[in-house]
Amino acid sequence: MEKTVNQKAWLLVLPVLVLVAFSAVIPLMTVVNYSVQDTFGNNKFFWAGLEWFDEMLHSERMWNALGRQLLFSAIILAIEVPLGILVALSMPKRGFWASVCLVLMALPLLIPWNVVGTIWQIFGRVDIGLLGYTLENLGIPYNYTQHLFAAWATVIVMDVWHWTSLVALLAYAGLQSIPDAYYQAAKIDQASRWSVFRYIELPKMQGVLMIAILLRFMDSFMIYTEPFVVTGGGPGNSTTFLSIDLVKMALGQFDLGPAAAFSIMYFLVILLICWVFYTVMTNLEKRDGVS
Amino acid sequence: MALVLDGISKVTGAQTHIHPTSLELHKGTMNVLLGPTLSGKTSLMRLMAGLDKPSSGRLLWHGEDVTGMRVQDRKVAMVYQQFINYPSMTVYENIASPLRLMGMSAAEIDSSVKATADLMKLTPMLSRKPLELSGGQQQRCALARALVKNAGLVLLDEPLANLDYKLREELRVEIPKIFEESGAIFVYATTEPEEALLLGGNTATLWEGRITQFGPTPEVYRKPIDATTARVFSDPPMNFLSISKTGNKLLFGDGQSVAAAGKLRELADGRYVAGFRPNHVEVVRHTADAMKFTALLNVTEITGSETFIHLAHHGEKWVGLIHGVHDLELGQPIDVYLDPSHVYIFAEDGKLVVPAAYAMAA
Amino acid sequence: MAKITLDNLAHSYLPNPKGEEDFALKELNHEWTDGEAYALLGSSGCGKTTLLNIISGLLKPSQGRVLFDDRDVTSAPTAERNIAQVFQFPVVYDTMSVRQNLAFPLKNRGADAAYVAERVQTVARMIDMEAELDRKARGLTADAKQKISLGRGMVREDVNALLFDEPLTVIDPHMKWELRTQLKSLHRQFGHTMIYVTHDQTEALTFADKVVVMFDGRVVQIGTPEELFETPEHTFVGYFIGSPGMNIIPARIEGNRAHVNGSLIQLARAYGKLDGEVVIGVRPEYAKLSDKDGLPVRIRRVEDVGRHKIVRAEFFGNDINIIAKEGEAIGSEMTRVTFDPARVNVYANDWRVTGEAA
Repeated sequence: MEKTVNQKAWLLVLPVLVLVAFSAVIPLMTVVNYSVQDTFGNNKFFWAGLEWFDEMLHSERMWNALGRQLLFSAIILAIEVPLGILVALSMPKRGFWASVCLVLMALPLLIPWNVVGTIWQIFGRVDIGLLGYTLENLGIPYNYTQHLFAAWATVIVMDVWHWTSLVALLAYAGLQSIPDAYYQAAKIDQASRWSVFRYIELPKMQGVLMIAILLRFMDSFMIYTEPFVVTGGGPGNSTTFLSIDLVKMALGQFDLGPAAAFSIMYFLVILLICWVFYTVMTNLEKRDGVS
Repeated sequence: MALVLDGISKVTGAQTHIHPTSLELHKGTMNVLLGPTLSGKTSLMRLMAGLDKPSSGRLLWHGEDVTGMRVQDRKVAMVYQQFINYPSMTVYENIASPLRLMGMSAAEIDSSVKATADLMKLTPMLSRKPLELSGGQQQRCALARALVKNAGLVLLDEPLANLDYKLREELRVEIPKIFEESGAIFVYATTEPEEALLLGGNTATLWEGRITQFGPTPEVYRKPIDATTARVFSDPPMNFLSISKTGNKLLFGDGQSVAAAGKLRELADGRYVAGFRPNHVEVVRHTADAMKFTALLNVTEITGSETFIHLAHHGEKWVGLIHGVHDLELGQPIDVYLDPSHVYIFAEDGKLVVPAAYAMAA
Repeated sequence: MAKITLDNLAHSYLPNPKGEEDFALKELNHEWTDGEAYALLGSSGCGKTTLLNIISGLLKPSQGRVLFDDRDVTSAPTAERNIAQVFQFPVVYDTMSVRQNLAFPLKNRGADAAYVAERVQTVARMIDMEAELDRKARGLTADAKQKISLGRGMVREDVNALLFDEPLTVIDPHMKWELRTQLKSLHRQFGHTMIYVTHDQTEALTFADKVVVMFDGRVVQIGTPEELFETPEHTFVGYFIGSPGMNIIPARIEGNRAHVNGSLIQLARAYGKLDGEVVIGVRPEYAKLSDKDGLPVRIRRVEDVGRHKIVRAEFFGNDINIIAKEGEAIGSEMTRVTFDPARVNVYANDWRVTGEAA
C-alpha cells in the first residue's frame, strides 16, 4: 500500500518551535556562548575552547557539590517515597474524612518555597524558634548554623514536610483506581496485609510512583530556595548544593565562564537522568502490554 | 447513493486495522457490522464518522468527497457502549444540547425534544438527571440525543452491550422501529449474531479488519460465502467436519456416504470441509436421508425448552441445539442425525463451494 | 463441600429499615444442597449481588443467619468461610506467573511445597492451562484470566462453594461458549457447590441444575430450567425467562375456559373463582399461526432470527409474540392463532393458580 507523503503537518509544529526557540534555545545559547569564551568585562570576549569544561571537570568543588546533591536527593527519596505510600495507605478511601485528609495533605504544597524556608529558619532557631529552643533545652546540641548534622537534618526534614504530600497524593490516586474485587479476592485467598500490598497495591501504583519519583528527584536535584534561606549553604560548604554553588560562582564571584560550563554540565546530567527514567518507564509499559 | 467507502483503509505503524474496504450504504437502511472484539468494527465506524483519517481511499457522502472533513462539519451522530450523557444536565437539556449548538429557535427545540422523548419513552423523566435513571433509560437518553440531531448518519457502537439481557431484548425490538421513522443511515456494531438477525437490514461480517461479506442479513446468514463468515455469523459456532468426494459419493467418515445430488454432482473429487449449524443437529432420525454420526456426549445444557448438546467427534468439537428437554447420559456415545440438505460444502481454503440446499430454497 | 442454609435472612442498606420496601433483600429461607449448581437470576438491582455478598461474607445481613453445614458463619469473615469467588472483571495478581497465582491461596494457608506443586498441576489441567503455567498473568486474555480466577478457587480441596458474579460479562460470545461448557464439565466431574449470579437467562438456564429467580428483593421461583419454562410461578418469571418472554393476556376464567374479549380459549385445567387481576400466560413457542383454526390475530412484523421466526402480532389489543419454524412460510392467509391448552397458565395478581385436572 502506498503511503501519502504530506509535509503540511510541519506548519502546525511551527508555533511551538518558535516558542521553544525563545524560551529555551536562545537563553541556552547565551550560556553556551559564555562557556567557551573568557571575558574581562567591556563586552570583550576571548576564545577559551573547552578550557572551562576541563577546569570544571577537575574542580573538586564541583564534585563535592554534586556528591552532596546526590546524597541529598537519595535521602529525601528514601524517606518521602515510603512515607508517602504509608500515608496514602492509611488515608480513608471515601467519605467525609477522605476529603478532609486530601485538603490537609494539599496544604504544604501550596506554600511558596521561600516561605517554607523562612518558616523552618525561624522554627529551628535556638534563640527564638520552637524546635531549636526545645531541643537545645533538652540538652540535644542543635544549631543548624554550626553543626553539620543539624543543618542537614533541618534541610531534609523541611523537604520531607514540604513534599511528602505530593508522593502521598499520587500514591493515593493510584490506590483509588484499584477495584474492590481485588481486595475481596485477596480476602478469599487469605492473603496477608503484606501480600495485598506487594501483589495488588504496589503493582497498581507502579505507574504513579515512577512519576512521583521522577518529579521528586528532579525537584530535589535542583533545590535552591529553601536551603539558601535556612542555611545559606553552610555551615561551611556543607549544604551547598549544585544550584547554590552555581549562583555563588556566577553572581558572587562573577566567574561567568566556569559557571556557564557548570550550567551546561548540570543541564546535561538532568537530561541524562530524565532520559534514563523515560526509557525505564516506557520499557515497563511495553512489558505490561495493553492491559 | 448515500455513504460510499471507496477503498478505505487504516494502517498505524506495522498494524493494519482496516484492509482496503469498499462499501455502499444507502439512505434509510440499517447496516449491522458483525464481528468479534478487535475485528475492526469500531475502527471502521470512526473512519465513517470522520473521527479518524483513512490511510488510503475516499469517503463520499451523497457524491461529495468528505474524506478529510472534520466530524464537527458533518451531520453524524454516534452512540457508544458506555452511557454518555452530561451528568449535570436534565434529560431535557441533554436531548436539547445538540440542537442548541445548531442554533435552533427555542420553540423548534422544544417540539423536537418532546417528539424524540416521546419516541424513546422518556417523557416522564425529562426533568431528571441521567444518573437518577436506570441503565436502560440512560442509554435511551443517549440514543435520543443522537436521533434529535436528525443526522444523516447514525453510528451505534455496541449500544446495548452494557445493559441487562431483558432490557437489551426490549431495545432491540424498539431500535428497528425508531430507525424506520428516521430515514437516516444506521450503522450498528455488535458481537452477537442474534442481535444482527433481530435488527434485520443488511449485515457486514468482519474478521481481522476485513469485511468478509455484505448483504441482506438473512442472506448473509443462510448463504455465507466462506467458512469465516459462517463462523462469525453463528452462535453457537458452526460445526465443521472434513469430508471427501469420490465419484458420485460424498464420504462423511464413520462409513457414511451420501449420493451427490444437485450441484454436488459437478464437484471435483477431493477433500472438502462440511459445515452445519447446531440447530440442524437432531437426536432422532428426522428425515429419510438423514446421516447418522456417533459422537461422545460431553455436556448438556438445558434452556428450558431446548437442549444444547456438546459433542466430540474424531477430535472435532460439535454443538447441537435440539428441541425439548432431554435427559441424556453424559460421557457416553450418542447417535446424532443430520440432513444433507442442511450441509454447506467449503473448499479446504474456506471458500464456499456448494451452499446448503435448504438455504437456496428459503 | 458444604450445604448452605439461609435462615430468615434479610438485608437492608439503611440503618433503621421501616417497611418491607426498605429491604434490598426481603426475608428468605433456603437451603443450597451440597454439590448442586445454582444460578441466581434477575435484573440489576433485584438483590442478587446482595445475596451473593452475604454468602461470601463481604456483607453482614441485617437479619437472619447463614449456616455452612449447620455451622453458623453469619459473622465469620470471608477468609474463614473457605469459599472461592470469580468476579465480573478478571482479578489476577498481575506480577505473578500463572503458577504463582494458582499456588497463592495454598501458600497463604501454609501448605507444604510438594502438595502445592501437585495441586497446581492438577488444577492447571482442569482449567486447560498447563502450557501457560510459567507465563506472567499480565497480558493474558480476559478469558484466560477468568480461568485463573476459577483455578485459584478450585485449588483448595476443602472449598465450600464456588461463587460467580456475572463472570462472562467481558468475554466474547464465542469464548463464552467455551468457558461455560468447561465450567459445566468441571461441575460434573468434581461436584462443587456452585452459585452463579447473572442477568442473562441463557447463562443461568444452561449452567444451573436449579435457577433462583429474583425480582425486587424477593425470590419469586426456584426451579429447574424446565419448570421455569413450563410453569412460571409468577408473571415476572414468565416474562424474564424465554426470549421473547411469555405472552400475558387479560382474561376472565370460568371453569376450564378463558374468555378474552368475549372469545373463548380452552384450558387443560379447571379453576374456581379467582380474585384480583386475572391473566393467562402462554409462551410464544406454544402459540401457532393458522389460516382457519383459533382466534383472530393481526401480524405486525415477522423477524427472521435464523433458527426460527418471531412473529410480532396484535391479539385483541394485546401485543403477543409467536414463534414459527425456520422454513415456515407466513402468508397473508395466516390470520388466526391457536394456543396449546396444556401450556396455558393462569395467574391471579401475578401468581400462578394451579387449578384442578378437568
